[in-house]
Amino acid sequence: MNWVALRMLLGDRTKFLGIVFGVAFASLLMGQQMAIFCGLMRNTTSQVRDIAGGDIWVMDKNVQFVDDIKPMSEGKLQLVRGVEGVEWAVRLYKGVGRAKLEGGNFQQMILIGLDDASLVGAPSPERMLVGDVADLRRPDAVIIDEFGWRYLFPNEPFAPGKTLEMNDKRAVIVGMCYCNPTFQTFPILYSTYSQAIKFLPQERRVLSFILAKAKPGTDPEALCVAVEAQTRLQAKTNDQFFWSTIDYYAKRTGIPINFGITVMLGFVVGCAIAGQTFYLFTIENLKQFGCLKAMGVSNFRLVRMILLQAAVVGFLGYGIGIGGAAGFGYAMTHFVKSTPPAFYMPWQVLALSGGAVALIVTLAALLSMRRVLFLEAGVVFR
Amino acid sequence: MTATLTATESAIRLKGVTKAFGTGESKTLALDDVTLDLPYGELVLLVGQSGCGKTTLISIAAGLLDPTAGEVEVLGKNLTRMSGTRKVNFRGEFIGFVFQQYNLLPAMNAVENACVPLLIAGWSRARALEKAAEVLTKVGLGNRMKSLPDQLSGGQQQRVAIARALVHDPKILVCDEPTAALDAASGRTVMELIKAVACQPDRAVIVVTHDSRVYDFGDRIVEMADGRVEKVSVLTPGETFQPA
Repeated sequence: MNWVALRMLLGDRTKFLGIVFGVAFASLLMGQQMAIFCGLMRNTTSQVRDIAGGDIWVMDKNVQFVDDIKPMSEGKLQLVRGVEGVEWAVRLYKGVGRAKLEGGNFQQMILIGLDDASLVGAPSPERMLVGDVADLRRPDAVIIDEFGWRYLFPNEPFAPGKTLEMNDKRAVIVGMCYCNPTFQTFPILYSTYSQAIKFLPQERRVLSFILAKAKPGTDPEALCVAVEAQTRLQAKTNDQFFWSTIDYYAKRTGIPINFGITVMLGFVVGCAIAGQTFYLFTIENLKQFGCLKAMGVSNFRLVRMILLQAAVVGFLGYGIGIGGAAGFGYAMTHFVKSTPPAFYMPWQVLALSGGAVALIVTLAALLSMRRVLFLEAGVVFR
Repeated sequence: MTATLTATESAIRLKGVTKAFGTGESKTLALDDVTLDLPYGELVLLVGQSGCGKTTLISIAAGLLDPTAGEVEVLGKNLTRMSGTRKVNFRGEFIGFVFQQYNLLPAMNAVENACVPLLIAGWSRARALEKAAEVLTKVGLGNRMKSLPDQLSGGQQQRVAIARALVHDPKILVCDEPTAALDAASGRTVMELIKAVACQPDRAVIVVTHDSRVYDFGDRIVEMADGRVEKVSVLTPGETFQPA
């Protein structure tokens, strides 16, 4: 009887495509919006992910997320180095500065100053598109991120030696690297720590973060507890800092609510279109269902037939919708060259969209089933 | 259903069957104390004005409706005491239906429509299609097996419906106004087909009709009025039916 159910479903192509379209649209909307939400949230943590090398981040105890800079005194570095279990600890400067471009325009920049000796936190060789990290040791040298270069110098191929002016100091671009897109979308400049503090107006305290490595066999989380206890600073593992940053943006901005509303809208629209079309499809086939009932098809079997029809519609609609969302994301991230759109589709997005689609088709099927289950087989004689 | 049927003289036996719809002031008596025996091997016509209870009677006899009072025995089984699930299985195995509006599945072609009762009985699709093709050939549609219902005339669609009703070799064939939607010639063809193919010594055929043009096909004519059986006439070959 599964075959009969499928023939009934596919018999009216227009209605069938209408139901599939409804589910696909809902799936597309939900998948795409969730992926953009995840992309935005992920962008807030791009520097936590890009500045690699250490196991833990140490910062002022009032820092809430990676862009929340509360400078510490230089002496804190020695305190952290003195904690048992710390193999090494280095300085990291992170700030937002204003650069004067060749044409006289000004542009906000994210400036990252790396420990002069070790360059811990520098882009890995795979992320270096042009030049070498060691070039940072040259006078006034900075490395710019790929999107930043495209933003500042549109349509210009990368050319080392281009200069910027920051705090009346000359910065020479010596290389280009790939950086994960940031939430603020400002260009990113890497330099040495000693160089970075010259590029920005003088402050009494300039140490933004301390990157520390745990000794082999030391649990980074336990090390964070030890650092906090002994230095009265705040310490987080890479993973903890990643999630605390996301947590901040999720709680303190309207992003989750706004995207949640759109996702909910997608769900409601999906329910409305798919539910209504599927219900009407069943109602129009009510006489046929009654006929099957009269001919000896049990209610249980009819329920299975309707569920099969719903499952087919759900799978097709979900596949088309989520495929469309993924295609959209792929196209945007590959063809938009200046500022890449925030789009990230982890398996959880697929699972959540799939769950929502399953709920939509189940609701639609339940609504239809009710009519079929309470249908008198004798209706065929009327 | 695997139960062996008890051999009885009557295929369908109704004893004091009453069916009421609604309650209180809106209560309508569709059948009023109907007692009737319908034997095997005959084509029985149920005739009467619209609303006289013909359809209610066949719905009860086919196990589609439960009577308000009385006993219904079909093929020796008491339907009134049968559970819903057993009744569904009983219908699937022993009863064939032909409807006024054919009720063919529009997305399926003639042979696919005709094989549905076999699929319900659990046959494989290939075997069911093979058997359905045989029956369709018997009803004269061997050359239209792949036609969809909307590619067939009314008479042809009704022949597909008859093939569907007979494909699983039911013991009872219930036809509700099978000629009502057809012109006179097609109506006669359908009745001739029912008489020739469906009427067997071990099968009872009940046809609800108010089409007087087909009265001469009946072996027994049950006249109904106001939910009661008015008269049962047994016709001998060549005898013409005279309504009460």
